[in-house]
Amino acid sequence: MSKNGPIALGFNALVIAFMLAPLLIVCAVAFTPENTLSLPRTQLSLRWFKAVFAHADFVQSFRNSLLLALASATIATAIAIPAGLAITRYTFPGRDALNGLFLSPLIVPHLVLGVALLRLFTLVGATGSFFWLVLAHVVVITPYALRLVVAAVVGFDRSVEHAALSLGASQATLFRRVTLPMILPGVTGGWLLAFINSFDEVTMSIFVTAPSTVTLPVRMYMYATESIDPLMAAVSALMVGLTAAAMLLLDRIYGLDRILVGQH
Amino acid sequence: MPFLTLTDLAKSYGSTHAVRELNLAVDKGEFVSLLGPSGCGKTTTLQMIAGFVEPSSGSIVLDGRDITHAPPNSRGLGIVFQSYALFPHMTVADNVAFGLEMRRLPKAERQERVGAVLALVHLDAHAGRYPRELSGGQRQRVALARALVIAPPVLLLDEPLSNLDAKLREEMQFELRQIQRKVGTTTVMVTHDQTEALSISDRVVVMEAGRITQIDAPQRLYEHPQNRFISSFVGKANVLRGSVVDGGSGAGRQVDLGPLAVEVAGCTAAVGGDVLLGIRPEKLMLVAPGTGQLDGIVRERFFLGSEWLYRVDTALGALLVVRPNDGTQPFDEGHAAGIAWQPALMRVLDEAAA
Amino acid sequence: MRRTPWLLSTPALLLLSGLLLLPLALTALLSFKVFDPATGVKDIYTLSHYAHVFSDEYYLGIFWRTLRIAALTTLICIVVGAPEAYVLSRMTQPWRSILLLVVLAPLLVSVVVRAFGWSMLLNREGLVNQLLGLAGIGPLRLLYTETAVVIALVHVMLPFMVIPVWTSLQKLDPMVESAALSLSASHFTTLRRVVLPQVLPGILSGGLIVFALSASSFAIPGLLGGRRLKMVATIVYDEYLHELNWPLGAAISLVLLLANLGLMLGCNRVVEGAYRKTLGP
Repeated sequence: MSKNGPIALGFNALVIAFMLAPLLIVCAVAFTPENTLSLPRTQLSLRWFKAVFAHADFVQSFRNSLLLALASATIATAIAIPAGLAITRYTFPGRDALNGLFLSPLIVPHLVLGVALLRLFTLVGATGSFFWLVLAHVVVITPYALRLVVAAVVGFDRSVEHAALSLGASQATLFRRVTLPMILPGVTGGWLLAFINSFDEVTMSIFVTAPSTVTLPVRMYMYATESIDPLMAAVSALMVGLTAAAMLLLDRIYGLDRILVGQH
Repeated sequence: MPFLTLTDLAKSYGSTHAVRELNLAVDKGEFVSLLGPSGCGKTTTLQMIAGFVEPSSGSIVLDGRDITHAPPNSRGLGIVFQSYALFPHMTVADNVAFGLEMRRLPKAERQERVGAVLALVHLDAHAGRYPRELSGGQRQRVALARALVIAPPVLLLDEPLSNLDAKLREEMQFELRQIQRKVGTTTVMVTHDQTEALSISDRVVVMEAGRITQIDAPQRLYEHPQNRFISSFVGKANVLRGSVVDGGSGAGRQVDLGPLAVEVAGCTAAVGGDVLLGIRPEKLMLVAPGTGQLDGIVRERFFLGSEWLYRVDTALGALLVVRPNDGTQPFDEGHAAGIAWQPALMRVLDEAAA
Repeated sequence: MRRTPWLLSTPALLLLSGLLLLPLALTALLSFKVFDPATGVKDIYTLSHYAHVFSDEYYLGIFWRTLRIAALTTLICIVVGAPEAYVLSRMTQPWRSILLLVVLAPLLVSVVVRAFGWSMLLNREGLVNQLLGLAGIGPLRLLYTETAVVIALVHVMLPFMVIPVWTSLQKLDPMVESAALSLSASHFTTLRRVVLPQVLPGILSGGLIVFALSASSFAIPGLLGGRRLKMVATIVYDEYLHELNWPLGAAISLVLLLANLGLMLGCNRVVEGAYRKTLGP
């Protein structure tokens, strides 16, 4: 494996700068003491962060997003575990089709899904319902939870389960004391990844949220199309911070590179 | 009094017969090995005894109880898996205690028994460690301890030593035998390594293509292999083809091998019939040319540490001869040599030579 | 025992049938209904919306623009993403893991934040214009142009190209490159004749994902394209929330969905088939 030459490293540096630029600028501008979008030149100020917490709409939206993400990630993971076990442990006719269905939300554009769910919700009178919004998010994030659950189940040494059975464990005890603890890192990673995706989701949410259930990214989108000021930067910086914290947690539990790229 | 009896046990997958009409009776306290190449059905047999594979027909009776269709978590057998299958999220002590937990033993008794068995396998100092912190040999002993602590009626070992390196394997072979003798558990081991099977078993069951071809004590199996396959699978062999020329009375015939005729004790074939004979390389002696039954030229020699392996070209073809490294001058390549043997050590492999 | 996997799959199956398949079917149905600006959706069926979408210059222009932007984004992602994945794969730890993470981590940040960041970088007083100013160029009007949309799309889509190419590279036997070099091939030839053919499936599948996601992107054209630069996703939004012409919006959505599906599934099969022969499953 020959090393990278200076051109390669220079190229790499440019790409890295490119990827980080918008995130860094957002975090920098968030600390500006000025009234307009500008880099803090003389001093750092927390005024815009305070403004965010004083802005009732943003606080409400943040609460919505948090609850929404917690609920939908939990439900998504709960249905992903049995579904993942079903498609990896058993061979049966229709398995490939079922697997395709479970992963299909990944190839349906969020826009189309948003529009379609808007139609459904209007017909059943579910607009404005937090519960139905949660279900909508579950649809979108389940593939992420499922992929990690499947990876955990596939990498599982079946003979450990045989060992437990031979020592007298019942099926229930087997699942509770052996299977579940062993797939837990994958399951937790799946939960966290689903959480992050729900929290970030904007395109579908724009169509299915109502004034009372507006999520943070949707609120940000609406705000950004009307006025541009450092308040937006502060909210963005907070979101980046939250994502960074979630990433650290994810790395601790599961390994961030494994999640983003898959098992080596 | 057989403790574990397999009667007409068979398993087929569609048109593939993995195991055919297997009959085996294991006595209490006996150490039996199922020996054979991959695909011979030995692992499938073990899995049927353990309950992870459903037999197509036949029965398994343990201590008078028919367990043929009993679920694996009700058989109470001790199993050591090839990959050890330790619970990665539990400590060594918790791993070993698991079977006792399932039997609802009180904590104090569990701790006592776990402590005792860990001492037996020399792992008492590692009770609080996790499997990933242990070496291969240590993990293997944890797996053994976990299977023994429940005092099972039968211990099943699935190629327990195959993942260990050569030196460790040798050591573990003896330790395994020691522990088994001490505890007295009836044991069935599956292996493809004939040295392993011969060194620690009371009896060896040789399997080929789903069937048992020979069951014998190790030495008898080695000295009297019943067919050509067994003679070359268990140890090395020189195989010679000939036809019976002289009857004689009782057992014992003259067999014409072409360049010479030999006396073969224990041969009962009819005159004129073809036979397959075999003699072990260590039973052949290299002597000065002209002083043995046959002459030849040393083509190659290999130094194996404790012994020399010679390939000698003779009128009967290339023969393998093994000589201990006893300090005497070894024969050089290209030199003439004589080959001698005791007639009684020439064995009949097959009376209807293939 | 035969029913166990179906029983286990029931919750997921119910959810996805009810909240994915059903709504899509309803939307498909909706796209055939007549819309009266005065009275709303009627229960009469027509193909007029589809005819309108495929004949009106306004819509055709937007489809063309969407296609163009998506294709350009895909091209840039390939040209930048594939080499980047290669460069990263040749680094030693810990840089390798750290930089890979830096490139991929933006996936976990909401697209709204990223788009907003670019709007700040690309406006008249933004960093990009400041840098260009140092070189004596500009200030250029970058915001609310196709350029801004493409830049932001590339930023969002690059990880989707790096991941499959990285995965392909991981499967390579490093000794194969050494073998080529030992047979007197130059580094460039080795790249071209040995590495690239094996990485091509990764590039192709990455390209498909990038194209499909770019074509259906909403937040980026919304925030960086402005009111005049519409793409497919933004006109759907207009029809649904401003014009209230749901059937028309539904028709456009369905066209987008079918194009997506056709692209993903159709091309994927061709790619898989072609490569199964040479590289194995």
